[in-house]
Amino acid sequence: MLGYLVHRILIMIPTLIAISLVIFVIIHLPPGDYFSTYIAELQSQGETANLAKIAFLKAQYGFDKPLWQQYLYWAFGLLHGDMGYSFLYDLPVNAVVGDRLLLTFVVSFTTIIFTYIVAFPIGVYSATHQYSISDYMLTFLGFLGLATPSFLLALVLLYLANVYFGISVGGLMDPIYVDQPWNWAKVLSVFAHVWIPVVVIGTAGTAGMIRRLRANLLDELQKQYVVTARAKGLHPFKVLVKYPLRLSLNPFISDIGSLLPQVISGAAIVSVVMSLPTTGPMMLEALRSQDMFLAGSFLMFMAFLTVIGVFLSDLALAALDPRIRLQTGPAQ
Amino acid sequence: MSEIGLTAGPAAPEKARDAARPGQTMQSGEAMAHYVSPAPFDPYTTDAMTPAQERYYRAPPVLLMWWRLRRHRVAVASGVLLLAFYVMILFCEFLAPYALDSRHVDFIYAPPQRIHLFDDGGLTWPYVEAYDYRLDMTNLRRVYTPNPDKPQPIRFLCRGDKYWYWGVVPGDFHLVCPPAGGQMFLLGTDRLGRDMLSRIIYGARISLTVGLIGVSISFTLGILIGGIAGYYGGWTDVLIQRAIEVVQSFPHLPLWMALSAILPVTWSPILVYFGITIILGMIEWTDLARAVRSKLLALREEDFCTAAVLMGASPPRIIGRHLLPSFMSHLIASATLVIPSMILGETALSFLGLGLRPPITSWGVLLNEAQNISVVALYPWLILPVIPVILTVLAFNFLGDGLRDAADPYH
Repeated sequence: MLGYLVHRILIMIPTLIAISLVIFVIIHLPPGDYFSTYIAELQSQGETANLAKIAFLKAQYGFDKPLWQQYLYWAFGLLHGDMGYSFLYDLPVNAVVGDRLLLTFVVSFTTIIFTYIVAFPIGVYSATHQYSISDYMLTFLGFLGLATPSFLLALVLLYLANVYFGISVGGLMDPIYVDQPWNWAKVLSVFAHVWIPVVVIGTAGTAGMIRRLRANLLDELQKQYVVTARAKGLHPFKVLVKYPLRLSLNPFISDIGSLLPQVISGAAIVSVVMSLPTTGPMMLEALRSQDMFLAGSFLMFMAFLTVIGVFLSDLALAALDPRIRLQTGPAQ
Repeated sequence: MSEIGLTAGPAAPEKARDAARPGQTMQSGEAMAHYVSPAPFDPYTTDAMTPAQERYYRAPPVLLMWWRLRRHRVAVASGVLLLAFYVMILFCEFLAPYALDSRHVDFIYAPPQRIHLFDDGGLTWPYVEAYDYRLDMTNLRRVYTPNPDKPQPIRFLCRGDKYWYWGVVPGDFHLVCPPAGGQMFLLGTDRLGRDMLSRIIYGARISLTVGLIGVSISFTLGILIGGIAGYYGGWTDVLIQRAIEVVQSFPHLPLWMALSAILPVTWSPILVYFGITIILGMIEWTDLARAVRSKLLALREEDFCTAAVLMGASPPRIIGRHLLPSFMSHLIASATLVIPSMILGETALSFLGLGLRPPITSWGVLLNEAQNISVVALYPWLILPVIPVILTVLAFNFLGDGLRDAADPYH
């Protein structure tokens, strides 16, 4: 297990470096840099730019150095928790994002828990009741969940919640808590608000998870040991729970790798529609105004979250399934 | 299917064998009558096949796949629907009742009109009721009420708005036209008084091709990269596997957002369109590459591959001529399942305003108008473009599912 752990961590480091390189390239792809645009804009308005400040920022973030040195500056900054400077807000990125990273994490984590809780019973039910009417209905609902654009689902849910329950949804907490420091009441308020985005974001992931669990369980249920267990008169419930269900549980853990990027993607667009204080809307804003440091930091954070999530899921899978940790290779 | 071959054998020898068994049929103890079959001996009699069997056993894989796919009713229905959609985009100009850019300033945010088939209890020529327009001054809304006294018969196969067919051939012939001197907005109008139905029909042209072009890009990339990884193995494979992992660690939508924000604003809409499809295709190739790789790893150990190597075939020829065709069907099935995510991706990007821009009309661009909740409350017909999106994505998913089941006809 220790060998596997070390192996896995060693793989993760070059992955993260490669990701940061890709993001750095993306940050620098737009022609010109923010300063030249900024100065030109100020001059066109007849104002004089604060050249001293700009020169200071340029030196601070190494804009006068060659590209590879700029990359090293940026990467070192990331390692020390300095994510660069947001030119849009005229503040360091750290100060801009504030609670947003935490809230993104909360929303993503809750969504995954929601996905598990919903997908598990439905997947088991539709596998054990294969080709029944309820199975077809659930399968169809699952496909529908996959096919509906989440932002539209969010809009319609917002509208329905407003009309039928009279609550103004949108946001992730009651407005009175927005500028308060974190306390227990604020946490409770977040939990009261988080469920609508969670349902909306979780729909697509849940549908996919149900389908995979169903397929896995169906494969297991056809195997001979199940027939043997039935033949020797085990209670059907025990037959189901004791072996096939355990074996088909692997995707629940290994799927985090595909589920997490999906959830984060979904969260990015749903939070724009629902104006959640997560990274999505701010990233959109940053991209629109080509504030590439801010956008790049968000992208880096999201990718980092995914890599860590996949890492944890691989560890859990290795702990559960000896076949994987003995292979000392990445989970296939 | 093996029992067909068995039952085709002659029954006579069986009878003779039964008769030879003592204690079962020879209870009476009499001597068994000597029996010789007069028919000429044919050792291949069990191998002979009826024409129906012959047709089945000699069928090429494509035919087998088709037979298998045909059993999957929903997949076939989805295929037919998609075919209809794709045929439709060839004739948008003819099918749409209005031209793409025709505006009706007197009918801004007009709700959908109903087609009436019955008049006074009897079947009549289909007609719509003309709208009476009034500005509600208390909440400043345009109110349109259908006027039953002003029925306007719809025209079919008629001359209406002028258009340039595919931008080349001028024409004005439509399948359905608004009534002479009247209007017909079956799905309502938008904030510029443009007919939603026409715009949805035109939008199909962009939305449906985004997926196709994007998938052909990722198909090429997937086969190329996955083929190299799977055929050479070793270090190349490890490197490519890591690269795939890196690409997959990015959440797709934010990465698409970042990349499409980079497209210069000075680009013409058509360039942006190609830029977006390339971005979509560049990210989605990883699953295909993985599928190609794992199939190749299994297949390159087969005898026919060794034979090709021994005969001096070059790696590209072995991959392209011998290996790829053996799992092309699987690839096509997987590719079908990639298209919907691209269509949804384009819709999401355009909805956020980072994807395609007007004057290009796609379903996502249309949905861009339905960005806030007041639209859902006041003009719910503006979110109608989502219905073709859902239908297309559903159909591609069902078709891909059916294709995947059918892809392995010998299974």
